[in-house]
Amino acid sequence: MKQPKYLFNAGRMSRKDNTLKFTPVDEAGVEEQPRYLPIEQVGDLYVFGSLDANSALYNFLGQEGIAVHFFNYYEHYTGSFMPREYLLAGKMQVDQTKHYMTAKKRIEIARRFVEGAANNILRVLKYYNNRDKVKDLTEAIVSIERLLVSVPTTTDVPMLMGIEGNIRQTYYGCFDAIVGQTFCMDGRSKRPPQNELNALISFGNMLCYTACLSTIYHTQLNPTISFLHEPGARRYSLALDLSEVFKPILVDRLIFRMINKRQLQPSDFRSEVGGCVLKDAARKRFVQGFDEQLKETIKHRALGRSVSYRHLMKLECYKLQKHLLGVEEYRPFKAWW
Amino acid sequence: MFPTATLVNYLHLCHRKLWLHANHIRMEHTSEAVAEGKQLHEHAYPQRTERYREITLDGSVIDFYDPYNKVVHEMKKSDKMEHSHIAQVQFYLYLLQKNGVEGATGLIEYPKLRQTQQVSLTEEDVPMVEGWIRVIEQLVDSEKCPGRIAKSKCRSCSYFDFCYVEELPE
Ligand code: SF4
Repeated sequence: MKQPKYLFNAGRMSRKDNTLKFTPVDEAGVEEQPRYLPIEQVGDLYVFGSLDANSALYNFLGQEGIAVHFFNYYEHYTGSFMPREYLLAGKMQVDQTKHYMTAKKRIEIARRFVEGAANNILRVLKYYNNRDKVKDLTEAIVSIERLLVSVPTTTDVPMLMGIEGNIRQTYYGCFDAIVGQTFCMDGRSKRPPQNELNALISFGNMLCYTACLSTIYHTQLNPTISFLHEPGARRYSLALDLSEVFKPILVDRLIFRMINKRQLQPSDFRSEVGGCVLKDAARKRFVQGFDEQLKETIKHRALGRSVSYRHLMKLECYKLQKHLLGVEEYRPFKAWW
Repeated sequence: MFPTATLVNYLHLCHRKLWLHANHIRMEHTSEAVAEGKQLHEHAYPQRTERYREITLDGSVIDFYDPYNKVVHEMKKSDKMEHSHIAQVQFYLYLLQKNGVEGATGLIEYPKLRQTQQVSLTEEDVPMVEGWIRVIEQLVDSEKCPGRIAKSKCRSCSYFDFCYVEELPE
């Protein structure tokens, strides 16, 4: 079973037969005991520390279909090494492009992504609204529901993006009510995130984006042709579209849970000129929390068996593919539990 | 495009499967079934490799062909004998005939069942195979993806999740 591997330490990675050899290097530049990772167990690699590697390694990773995602010192995602596509399908590519090129077809899909995001946001808010410690969120819920109703009336993507922005703003306005005793949201700030909560959201969103990207890679979808986000917004903008649907459930809920269980506290952060960052141990905990979340399973009603959250992402790709091929209309995943 | 034996097999299983496969919409190669099939070919009868040739005819690969006895051997890991397996081997025999080999026969082996199945291609069978080829060509050329078949037959198909995932109303 392939699993993502997270490299928190700086070090050197090389190929040793059919194994990856990782030699951590400490701050003084001293090599530690190497670790060996059999290639068939490696999903994606997440690199948080500095990584020393040569082209032979990347050739090997490319040949094995393993992506590498890089994060800098400030926990900002800086990019990915993506292996060459191996599941190419001309018809799929043409149909995906057609849906992007035709305004009417494009907006139909874009709306679905916003709808999916809004529904899952509502699911999260309704869950916390029932908690006695949390301030009443009913007002926000009602206004998001009202915004959601207006989604089908949008005629172009900028208009839709405007509604999506309003939904998100209302949603982020609730964060203080949910975790305000520990952290203060004080508005959403990115590049750099100005406080702890913003740093967590940004970091979590990037983890979600890379997970979506990897999932798309293992399908015939082209990750650079998107519908809600403008292609080029980021290199792999379809991963941005897809992650909209999953972020509330996978990232935000995890943040709330970890804060409320005191697994993340103000002392876990460091303020830097470049923004607010998680300290090493807390970063590890958060990444592990996210990883466990992806492995968690739920019973899928249409398939009649348990599937992991990671597999839910794959299923989302299948639904999108079916839409593009004209098999059946795409309806976004909606948390039902 | 001239049909491959895989498509002939799928024609007798599910038209949607045929269409998806022909359009290169295929599932990831991580599937254990694929690995198992490969292993079966590599290890089941190693001593026989001397006698057999792998031959490619019109884009279809026959893994085990015995040129002296003119016998096509096909191994199936499945635990059920399927009509689609016979069709696939008949198609091989048709290809052989088309390429000048008269009177070849086929033998399907089911190691899990410890059973074999004889296959032949009679004169009357030829128009039938040609009919398959025409239907496959039509299906592949079609813009539209064919519908699903009965769910009970889909459980072991690699497209199961693709075909059956949907959002149910609350
Ligand atoms: S799951 Fe069923 S309908 Fe879908 S391709 Fe397979 S056999 Fe055909």
